Amino acid sequence: MSILVDEKTTFLVQGITGREAVNLTRECLDYGSKIVGGVTPGRAGRDVYGVPVYDCVRDVVKHHGPVQGSVIAVPPGFTRDAAFEAIENGIRLIVVVTENIPRQEVAQMVELATLRGARIIGPNCLGLITPGECKMGGIGGPAANTRQAYTRGPVAIMSRSGGMTTEIASTLTAAGLGQSTAVSIGGDAIIGTTYAELMPLFEADPETKAIAIYSEPGGRMEAELAEWVVAHESRLPIVAFMAGRFMDEMKGMRFGHAGTIVEGKEDTTAAKIERMEKAGISVAERIEEIPKLIQKRLAEKR
Amino acid sequence: MPGMFIDVRVEDEVASDEKLARKLVEVCPVNIFAVDGSRLRIVEENLDECVLCDLCVQAAPPGTVTIVKLYES
Amino acid sequence: MRFYEYESKALFRRHGMPLGKSGLARSADDARRIAGEIGGPVVLKSQVLSGGRMKAGAVRFADHPGEAAAHYDAIVPIVVNGQKCRAVLVEERSGVAQEYFAAITWDGRRKCPVLVFSDMGGIDVEEVAEKHPEHVSKTHFSSLLPVTPRIAKQAISATGVSGDALNRLTPIVFELMRIFLAYDLTLAEINPLARLSDGRFLVLDGHIDLEAEARGKHRKLLDELGIQPAETRQAREATPFEIAGAEVNAKDHRGVAGNVVEFDGNLGLVIGAGGGSLTLFDAVRKHGGRPANYCEIGGNPSVNKAKELTKLILSKPGVEKIAVMMNVVSNTRVDIVARGVIKGCIEAGKKPADVIAVFRIPGAWEGEGFKILRKYGVDYCDRSVSMYEAAGRAVAKMKA
Ligand code: SF4
Repeated sequence: MSILVDEKTTFLVQGITGREAVNLTRECLDYGSKIVGGVTPGRAGRDVYGVPVYDCVRDVVKHHGPVQGSVIAVPPGFTRDAAFEAIENGIRLIVVVTENIPRQEVAQMVELATLRGARIIGPNCLGLITPGECKMGGIGGPAANTRQAYTRGPVAIMSRSGGMTTEIASTLTAAGLGQSTAVSIGGDAIIGTTYAELMPLFEADPETKAIAIYSEPGGRMEAELAEWVVAHESRLPIVAFMAGRFMDEMKGMRFGHAGTIVEGKEDTTAAKIERMEKAGISVAERIEEIPKLIQKRLAEKR
Repeated sequence: MPGMFIDVRVEDEVASDEKLARKLVEVCPVNIFAVDGSRLRIVEENLDECVLCDLCVQAAPPGTVTIVKLYES
Repeated sequence: MRFYEYESKALFRRHGMPLGKSGLARSADDARRIAGEIGGPVVLKSQVLSGGRMKAGAVRFADHPGEAAAHYDAIVPIVVNGQKCRAVLVEERSGVAQEYFAAITWDGRRKCPVLVFSDMGGIDVEEVAEKHPEHVSKTHFSSLLPVTPRIAKQAISATGVSGDALNRLTPIVFELMRIFLAYDLTLAEINPLARLSDGRFLVLDGHIDLEAEARGKHRKLLDELGIQPAETRQAREATPFEIAGAEVNAKDHRGVAGNVVEFDGNLGLVIGAGGGSLTLFDAVRKHGGRPANYCEIGGNPSVNKAKELTKLILSKPGVEKIAVMMNVVSNTRVDIVARGVIKGCIEAGKKPADVIAVFRIPGAWEGEGFKILRKYGVDYCDRSVSMYEAAGRAVAKMKA
């Protein structure tokens, strides 16, 4: 098993004729993902690597039956409406790749998704992957690189950084630990799906035995995760890597992602590490410690 | 002059064929080709931007366009 | 991006918010003239992008124009938390009967805006929330449905405010909510919002933060307020080195090679991407290295862009070597970055093999990339060397 995507998952790509979208379409197809259609207004009738292009999401759904997901890779000014269009056409899993979207628009997308029972991953993310079954988004890059970094196994990954998702997968793979599903959740201050919101899914997935997360300063997402883990007595050992420790002394400076800024004490890595450790989450100092820590935690459980 | 890493060599039969020259301009994603009058010109300052996509090689008759990786010698 | 108080108030004024008479002084003469026009006691406030003005002595009271002019000269040189004074706001001063606090910001956990209101304004709201929780209300509201005054009314009423005050405050707070949403703000705050002894309600101080991502969308407003496109409005002012970094990034639209932040070490960093840069910067410091800069490359920048960034970093006084490191890349290409960095070294008059302490970028097109690095004799490593170990290798070379 896995979460959110598997070999049967079908999806479309909104903005499919754009430079980045063309790339990720090819990568996903090469990996074996089922992309049934694409949308770029005014380009109906074209195709991208054999994927038919339509003007509206409605037409993809009409011609290809119910479609589970959509990857949105349109410019920031069009992203909110693209998400609305997907949601209102019955798409239930939406990966927003686009970055630089003002958080008000993100909040609106998320609110409508919640009303309609849809889920948004991102924005500003690389999507998700269930190794060997489905790659939805740019995660892992070209199919050959993706296969090199991601292998199938018991460890789930959740990461605020797209690139670090693959670095962690590659490190786990080298240590003989494969992955169930890896999700690049996005680096913005407001995102569709947080660590804590993915937890019930991993908790219910028999294949997932442990979780690795990449974390950084800013926001309350780690606190939310810590609370969830305690409140639900999670069965899953979690190992977190915390980057950006130097930022604790640099209040008000933004580094990296839009959400990565230390404004208050709770935003610091020190406060986050303390909270997570209290909740039983192991915190790694270096990426290469993650596999050992996971093995240790798994051994303790037996 | 070749770039530091990449050189693109085009046979004269292609360089002097305006239609083929324009096709090369169209396919190259990093603007390594230009047309002056009706003749192909290599834009030297862009040579090192070549992404090795092979589109120019495929667009011309076999063997007439070659991409040389200068770091391989 | 944070607004100065006078910019926040200019925006409030457009929306009909009640404000006292005021003027912006850029000289002692201005201050004297404005105080004269107001005619009565005034307050002079340094315009800085930082709190703590009062404590620093950058807010002063004057009873006549001559005193205002003298205070102007005293305030201007005062640096508050590293921020320089841009101008001095001269404003009418009146007797205050009660102070309120109203702010709207985003709640990242609930993913919607939250209105925070208190009838104990003027002081730190966090402190009030701790000691007198019944005097602070937090009201979440939808960003999808239309905002209406009832949300403001409920928030104010929840702190026990009723009668005439409730009806006078509601439209002001409601307008603040509308401003928050209309301009993609991340913070819209009035503190204090005062009831004066003469019965008027007045916005005494305001604080606005506009989301960096929305700068383009609200360019017209920013132009009208006189906020330049190049102003970063970070916690500290951008250095010339950082501005040059921003220029490198802006000149070429392909990929990212920028977000340069200056530090004072001797090891230049050409690192990426977002999360990878944070990880690598920590690693260099953990090994006892002294970074000369922070930066981010990602999104597959052109050779030229990587070259320009490398040249910029090598040109920084005190930089002895550079470390070129990223997490496993999938979109950015190893060979393209390798070409750019090597070209940058050579154009800067350095030998790549001497000046590149380590090159650790595994991933897309690494085969081609490694060929290039071998040819130039650069010390490189693949994914079997961790980011942490690569940083250690670079730092060790600095010490050798
Ligand atoms: S290989 Fe691609 S990038 Fe290089 S010259 Fe040919 S078309 Fe241009």
